[in-house]
Amino acid sequence: MTALLSIRDLKVTYRRDGVAVPALKSVSLEVFAGERLAIIGESGSGKSTLALAIAGLLAGGAEIGGRMDWFLPAGAGAKAKDRQPSALATSHPRLGRDIGFVFQDPSSSLDPVMPVGKQIAEVARTHLGLGWKAAYAKAKTLLERVRLPNPDTILHAYPHQLSGGQKQRVAIAAAIAAAPKLLIADEATSALDTIVQAEIVSLIRRLVAEDGMTLLFISHDIALAASLADRIAVLRHGELVELGQTDQILEAPRHAYTRSLLDAHLGLDAKPLPNGQGASA
Amino acid sequence: MSLLAVSNLAKRYHRGSKPFAAVDDLSFEINPAETLALAGPSGSGKSTIARLVLRLIEPDAGRIDFEGGDFLALSGAALRARRARLQMVFQDPLAAFNPRATVARVLDDPLRIHNIASRAERPRRIAALLERVGLDASLATRAIHEISGGQRQRVAIARAIATKPSLIVLDEAVSALDVSVRGQILELLLDLQRQERIAYLFISHDLGVISAVAHRVVILDAGRIAESGDARAVIANPQSAIGKALVDAAPRLNRNRP
Amino acid sequence: MNRLHRFFRTPEAIAGALILALLIAMALAAPLLFSGDPQAIAGPALLPPFHDWSLPLGTDRLGRDVLAELFHGARTSLAVGLAAAAAALLIGAVIGTLAGFAGGLVDEVLMRITDAFQTVPSFLLALAFVSIVGPSLGVVVAAIALGAWTGPARVARAEVLSIRERDYVAGARVIGMHPLEIAFREVLPNALPPVLALSSVIVAAAILTEAALSFLGLGDPNRVTWGGMIAEGRTVLRTAPFLSIIPGVSLVLTVLGVYLAGEGVVESTAVRRSLS
Repeated sequence: MTALLSIRDLKVTYRRDGVAVPALKSVSLEVFAGERLAIIGESGSGKSTLALAIAGLLAGGAEIGGRMDWFLPAGAGAKAKDRQPSALATSHPRLGRDIGFVFQDPSSSLDPVMPVGKQIAEVARTHLGLGWKAAYAKAKTLLERVRLPNPDTILHAYPHQLSGGQKQRVAIAAAIAAAPKLLIADEATSALDTIVQAEIVSLIRRLVAEDGMTLLFISHDIALAASLADRIAVLRHGELVELGQTDQILEAPRHAYTRSLLDAHLGLDAKPLPNGQGASA
Repeated sequence: MSLLAVSNLAKRYHRGSKPFAAVDDLSFEINPAETLALAGPSGSGKSTIARLVLRLIEPDAGRIDFEGGDFLALSGAALRARRARLQMVFQDPLAAFNPRATVARVLDDPLRIHNIASRAERPRRIAALLERVGLDASLATRAIHEISGGQRQRVAIARAIATKPSLIVLDEAVSALDVSVRGQILELLLDLQRQERIAYLFISHDLGVISAVAHRVVILDAGRIAESGDARAVIANPQSAIGKALVDAAPRLNRNRP
Repeated sequence: MNRLHRFFRTPEAIAGALILALLIAMALAAPLLFSGDPQAIAGPALLPPFHDWSLPLGTDRLGRDVLAELFHGARTSLAVGLAAAAAALLIGAVIGTLAGFAGGLVDEVLMRITDAFQTVPSFLLALAFVSIVGPSLGVVVAAIALGAWTGPARVARAEVLSIRERDYVAGARVIGMHPLEIAFREVLPNALPPVLALSSVIVAAAILTEAALSFLGLGDPNRVTWGGMIAEGRTVLRTAPFLSIIPGVSLVLTVLGVYLAGEGVVESTAVRRSLS
């Protein structure tokens, strides 16, 4: 498999009140073209920082070290942005054009005072060079692709008129509008209820397969990640503890921490906890 | 006799100009030392029910009997006194406390308000409460925002048990926690239930958690009961459409897949 | 420590703090440096400044020491400004909190009263109040506060409306806390920061209103005030303009200092909020 992105020794440090807080400590991994890679971890593991670093979205105050080498097909990618340190400057991809990003909370990632159709059309206009008319036609096709009912109505709807799940579908439509090579979903289903979450996961699975996108799926839920990913990377306290094929992670985890995450999962067939129903049964 | 009996409870809201029923003709009971889970998709009325039972909002119709008395008939000082027996733990432990508070103050309030301990005695009671929920007594002087999420949820539980309640409403109380912490908090809740015979109204969207801790489950859909029964039996073999959808949607860890 | 550090980061805040420090030093030093009655005759009338070093800023129409008057005037300005602002903030915060927290009829009544006060120009209100009750320091403070509490009340109410929906307020109700305790112990302290951000504007406005009242002869007659000094100087504006200019410039600098220092405080707390 060919790598799309190679990360070497990535370090990210935030400054808070003058104190350096390391968020990522020397993470190295490869993202292969066309794979579905899940990055899982608990709060403070650095999983979101990793997603933001890959997308080039880290806040200005963050210090970045290490290398990120992109292997984008010719024609794609732009010159590195000025604010990227030189170590990272190869050909950083453009967000929106080469990378689609779906955030956790669609209510805050969508503009509340702009019809959703326009928000999607803008992406298409900016990155595909379409006129407004063609961009709107594209937006409508995208709304159909993310299986929203009545795309003609939704095109002119405002975010507050949609449910949480519908908003996330719109956010996904905007993220894939320019046919990016890489789709990053950062806890994209965590704010949704179980049923909607399952729908969004299957939508992402379908879109990624149809377009041949590479998927980076950031989640705190190992079971959800396993249902979608080819490989799973486990982060803890800013370090990569384990990276492997999904089957290997589930059946033969090498690291005790991965094992504890698996054991902590409560499935539908979960045994009652020791003090639970045993008392009354 | 049941500890809490809710009958024909209804609450309507207005969405724009048209009314919709958040909770519609709902009845259920909870027995002492029992865990009843409420499950359902978002908008099914789970949190509205929690707030109605706690009298944080008032129902449009229906009856709530708690510890053998008409809970809706209480008001003012009588209601505040009764609240000692009916407590709540919120989803987000950071939002559930005054941002300026310290751990000691959070635990001091219920002891003071319900005259459970004299001023001189309270520091000792606070230390005992902290130890009861598995925290070090020295944590008392810390500010709420300084401690970890798991510690905060333990403090929330300590506050809830400070007044020796017979029922605690847990509104998605473990949903925001990391899985490693979640297990410990669930163990703590079950231990408290066994020792103090506390009943729980356990609101959760996570059927895995429900099957691990609940005795019975009520599955809600659009403010009505879709089905109810023994938690593990319902989850193993759901009958209602929404029950089936919830079970199908739950993420599974297929650890022995081909 | 950190907060002080952040406060002194901008030159505006430093300038504001320096002016205020100077003003406070003047107010505190007044009875020590000029222990006599500042309204007593100290020398020949209309002595220009910088002619006689025992009377550095000269004398007014009645031969009173202008420097002594300036120092004692700083006392009045500062005392009235701070007291009126404190009263306005206190009244405003309490009324806003009650209205926002109680809601319903209480909110309706309190906010209509607020409207009524807000529609009357605050200076007219102060003027009318002082002319009816009679000029004394306490009355002047009350008169100014009467016209200044509506802003804090509205800000406090808006803040309380959002805070009362938070989980921790529900939590306080669940543990059986009395509504008044919830309003004043749980909600009000968290609603205060934006209300306090108004304080520099209110202090500055109060100092100006006090000066205006004194200028119109409605200040406390037993006290030296900058407004009174300007009024005094007005009659000899052509021959001795310094009598009006000196207290006038002091007034401008004071108001500027209060604004700048207030801005500095707001900025430094805003930085802190965005960091947390």
